Amino acid sequence: MSLQEASPAVEAKKETMPKITYIEHDGTEHTVEAELGSTVMETALKNDIGGIVAECGGGCTCATCLVHVDEKWFPVVGPPSEEENQMLDTAFEVTETSRLSCQIKVTEKLDGLIVRTPSYQGR
Amino acid sequence: MSETIKTDVVIIGAGPVGLFAVFELGLLDIKAHLIDILDKIGGQCAELYPEKPIYDIPGIPYITGIGLTEALMEQIKPFNPTFHLGEMVTTMTKLGDAHFKVATDAGKTFECKCVVIAAGGGSFQPKRPPIVGIEPYEEKSVFYAVRKMENFRGKKLLIVGGGDSALDWTLNLQPIAKRLTLVHRRDEFRGAPDSVNKMRALVAAGDMDLKIGQVAALEGGDGQLTAAQIKGKEATDRIECDAMLPFFGLTMKLGPVADWGIKMEDELIPVDTGTFETNIPGLFAIGDINTYPGKLKLILSGFHEGALMAQKAFHYVYPEKRLVFQYTTSSTSLQKKLGVA
Repeated sequence: MSLQEASPAVEAKKETMPKITYIEHDGTEHTVEAELGSTVMETALKNDIGGIVAECGGGCTCATCLVHVDEKWFPVVGPPSEEENQMLDTAFEVTETSRLSCQIKVTEKLDGLIVRTPSYQGR
Repeated sequence: MSETIKTDVVIIGAGPVGLFAVFELGLLDIKAHLIDILDKIGGQCAELYPEKPIYDIPGIPYITGIGLTEALMEQIKPFNPTFHLGEMVTTMTKLGDAHFKVATDAGKTFECKCVVIAAGGGSFQPKRPPIVGIEPYEEKSVFYAVRKMENFRGKKLLIVGGGDSALDWTLNLQPIAKRLTLVHRRDEFRGAPDSVNKMRALVAAGDMDLKIGQVAALEGGDGQLTAAQIKGKEATDRIECDAMLPFFGLTMKLGPVADWGIKMEDELIPVDTGTFETNIPGLFAIGDINTYPGKLKLILSGFHEGALMAQKAFHYVYPEKRLVFQYTTSSTSLQKKLGVA
């Protein structure tokens, strides 16, 4: 559907849907729309993005939804909480910009966010 | 010497669905033993979200994983189930009609009339670090559990992790190790504060080493480690070691279930939705591990599945008896079993 054909209601909805780019470990890129208030993990699962396991379903208790936030985006996303940091202790190849994607809530500020998914989440 | 335990039903998995199955079986006078690889009751509720709220248990607006486990334990108390914790079922064989043999890695053998697999996402097993070339060292000089402390006497040990397992084994093995190095990604530990203090005191006294970083590479040959490279923020250090113990928590793996001759689809067990029986008569699968059209991985679905399973299991356990369906609200005989009449 081209922009001219889109109804104002649809356009308004699209404006509030931030886009997130996921880059898998083999370089495969996916740019998808994310629902405000959902999480970067949920958006990945909804869009069949590889490399996210999310064993515990978003409870911050398994560390199998690790992503590496793009360095330019890390200041916007922010650092992990202590609870999340404790779970990051049980993840692998953790870097300065690693986060658990279930703990990143989608907001308008995150429009354009780039994250990389790892090759291995511990299982 | 291995012991053989005879019972009606063996339930593999002591999560909420396995626990409630005890209740439904118990109402029908069927005795159960439960086996779980975790050292505690509750399955994912205990391991993944003990303190997290669950909002979709019918009639209970809010309960934590631990809360639900405790409530189920209270509910099944009249049926006095036997638990075998910290054991993994390794083999399951059908010997004949209503006759199964189940064995665990702790050397126990069970003979029973039915088997109920309520294993959720599989068995919780240690996470394996993705270090290139780690496989040949596993179970030779890289261990995910300590079975005998004596095996580590006089050895140069590397313990990796920041939780209670890493800290506890650091404190237990430090006195007998030749040298012990604890490796963790940051200088903060989530383990018990007392253990952290004890570990820091040992480091301050020069009796062990603490390295902040992540294991990047292993050196050695024929399964025997000689050193590990620890990548820190600025530099990579080489630490000599005879054995490495990584403690990164647990993850769910299907485990031996796949080898028991059960028909499987994408690591799930297809079942008949009238009985929750698998392709093997007398063998049932309930909860997250099964699959059928419309399946939802919800605790409440697992409860329903357990109730229907028990009805079918009754016919294997008491082939000569007729089953009359009764309600706990009105049946004196059920209330007697529950100890309330």
